[in-house]
Amino acid sequence: MTMTSLSRRSLLKSGAAALAASALPLGAARAQDGITIGAIYVGPRDDFGWNQSHAAAMDILREVPGVSVVEEENVPETDAVAKSMESMINLDGANLILATSFGYYNPFVLDVAAKYPEVQLRHCAPLWNPDTDPKNAGSYFSYLNQAHYVNGVAAGLSSASGKLGFIAAKPVQTVLSNCNSFLLGARSVNPNATVQVIFTGSWSMPVREAEATNALIDADCDVISCHVDSPKVVIETAEARGVKSCGHNADQRALAPNGFITGAESKWSTTYKIYAEALMSGETVPNLIAGGYHNDMVMNTPFGAGATPEAITAAGAAIEALKGGKPIYVGPLKDNTGKLVIEGEMDNYAPELEKMNYLLDGVIGSTT
Amino acid sequence: MSDAIFMVLMAMLGGAIRVSTPFLLVALGETLTEKSGRINLGLEGNLVLGAMIAYATSYSTGSPWLGVLAAGLAGMVLSAGHGWICKLPKVNDIAVGIAFMNLGTGLAFFFGKPFIQPTAPRLDAIALGAWSSNPQVQQALKVNPLFFVGLGLAVLLWWMLKNTRWGLIIRMTGDSAASARAMGVSVDRVRLLATSAGGFFAGIGGAFLSLYYPGSWSESLSSGQGLMAVALVIFARWNPIRCVWAALLFGASGALGPALQSIGFSKGYYFFNAAPYILTLVIMVLSARSQKAAHEAPGELSIVK
Repeated sequence: MTMTSLSRRSLLKSGAAALAASALPLGAARAQDGITIGAIYVGPRDDFGWNQSHAAAMDILREVPGVSVVEEENVPETDAVAKSMESMINLDGANLILATSFGYYNPFVLDVAAKYPEVQLRHCAPLWNPDTDPKNAGSYFSYLNQAHYVNGVAAGLSSASGKLGFIAAKPVQTVLSNCNSFLLGARSVNPNATVQVIFTGSWSMPVREAEATNALIDADCDVISCHVDSPKVVIETAEARGVKSCGHNADQRALAPNGFITGAESKWSTTYKIYAEALMSGETVPNLIAGGYHNDMVMNTPFGAGATPEAITAAGAAIEALKGGKPIYVGPLKDNTGKLVIEGEMDNYAPELEKMNYLLDGVIGSTT
Repeated sequence: MSDAIFMVLMAMLGGAIRVSTPFLLVALGETLTEKSGRINLGLEGNLVLGAMIAYATSYSTGSPWLGVLAAGLAGMVLSAGHGWICKLPKVNDIAVGIAFMNLGTGLAFFFGKPFIQPTAPRLDAIALGAWSSNPQVQQALKVNPLFFVGLGLAVLLWWMLKNTRWGLIIRMTGDSAASARAMGVSVDRVRLLATSAGGFFAGIGGAFLSLYYPGSWSESLSSGQGLMAVALVIFARWNPIRCVWAALLFGASGALGPALQSIGFSKGYYFFNAAPYILTLVIMVLSARSQKAAHEAPGELSIVK
C-alpha cells in the first residue's frame, strides 16, 4: 500500500516536473519557428462554395511568411471533428484552429477549447458567448447579405423581365437575409422587381437544386441566384438554359461564361490575416470578428459577361455606399404576408436583423 | 389556375424524364441481379463510382460517351467483386453489398477530388419538343439518349428473361439453385455474370448523373438514389417493364416540390420535397403486405428464404 502510494506520488512529481521543464522551451521554440494554423472543412475544399471560400483564404494565408497551414476536408459534424482538432494540436502543433462548419461548435469546439487552453479556436458563425464560453474560443462571421444586396442591384439592371429567382437551402436567418437583401438591391434599381424563392430543404442536394433551377426558369425568371452549399449545379444549369446567374460564397464566374453577373463572397482572408498577425506578434487574438463591406469582410466576384454596363456602374456605386454605411433595410417594410416588420431605418449590423424570420413583400415564397 | 396546373404537370413530366434515368438503370441492374438469386445492395456505390469515373474520363479524353463506357466498366468490376465474394461459403450477400456500397463511394470520393472543380464535356440531349411552340413543353421533352437506352434495355431484359434460354437459366438459378445444378448449370457463374451485368447498368446510371443531369461531379451527387432504386425493384416486382413506370413515378414525385413552389404554392415544401421518400415507404408497406409480391420474388433471395 505504501509502496503504491509512494510510487504514484513520485510519478506525479516527476511527471509534473518533466512537463514544466518541457512546456516552457517548447512554447518559446514555437514562437520563434512561426505559427501553424489549422482549418477544418465539412466538405471538399474545392466545392465552388462555402468550403472553397475558406480554402481560398487559407491559400492566401499560406503565402504569409512564418505561417504554416494544415487543412482537413470532409470532417463530419460529429466526434470526428474533435479528433481532427486534437490531432492538429498534438501532431501538427497548431496554434489556432479554424472550425468552419456550423455544427462543429457545440460541443466539439467548446470541449477542445477547454481541454487545450493554450490553443486558440475560432468558429465561423455567431455562436461564441463571452460570458459562458472559453476565452480561447471565439467566433467570426461576415454579413454576406451586403454582397447579396449588390448582387440584387446588378441583377435588377441585367434582367429583362424583372423576375429574379433564388434557390434557398433552409429558411434560417442568414438565408432569409440574403434573399431579402437580394430583393432590396433589385428594388433599389427596379421598383417592380420580384424574387421568387424555392427552398430545397437541404444544404447540398444537386438533383433537387437542378430541378429548382429549371422550375424557376419555367416560371419566367431570367436571373437565378442561390444560397446553397455548392452553387455549381445551379449556375451551370442556368447557363445551360441560357439565363443569367449571380453567385454565392465562391468565385463561380468560370462556370457561366455567358450569363454570370456577379457573386456574393466572404473575404475570410481579412479575418485570417488579423489572427495570424496577432499570433505572430504575441498579442491577444480577437475573440469576435464580424463585418461586411465597411471592414473589408465581404466582396463581390468580378463582373461576368451577363452584367450590363448600367449594372456594373450601379453595383459599383452600391458597394461604395455600403462601405460608407448606407442602410439596406429602410422601413416601412412589410413581409410577404402583409405584416409590418421593419419600421424605421436599420443599421446594417442591427441586432434586430439577426431575428429575421420572414420574407419581404416582393419575395414570392414561404418559409414553412 | 389551369395554367398553374399545366405548369406543374409539365414540370412533373419533365422531371420524370430528367430524373428517372439513374433510377431506371440501377433498378434494371438490380432486377437482373435479383432474378439470378442474389441481392446487391452495393449499387449505390456503383452509381457514385460510375458518376465519378464518367466525369473524369470525359474530362480527360473530351468524349462523354467514352465516359459512359468507362462508368459501366467500373460498375461491372465493382459488382464482379460482389459476385465473386458472395460465391464463397457462408457469405451474406446483403452485408457484402453494404460493404461494396461504402467501397464504391469511398473510392469515388478518394479519386474524385481533382474532378470536383473542372467542367467536363457533357452528353447532349435530343430535342423532341420542337413541334411545340410552348417553351415549357420543349424543355420538358429534351431527352437524353441514355433515357432511351434505359427504355430499350428494359424491353430487352423483359423479353430476354421471358423468352430466351439465357433468361430461363437466370430465372432458374434465382428460383431454385438445386434445380439449376441438376441441369448442370454453374449457379455461381450465372450469378457472377448477372451481378456484373447489373453493375454495368448501374455504372451507366451514374454517368447520367454526372454527365447530363444535374451534370457535374460532387460528393453529394447521388443522395441515396441507388438505394431507393433497389427498393423500386421490389415495388416493380422484379419486372423490367414495371421498373420503367416505377422510375418515372419517382422522377415525377421528385419534381413535385420545386414545381409547386415555382407556381407560388409554397406552404409545406418540406412535405412535398419528401414525396419520393414517403412514396418509397408507402410502396414498401403495400408491396410487403401483398401475397402476390411474395409469390413473384425469386425463391433463392436471402430475404425470401
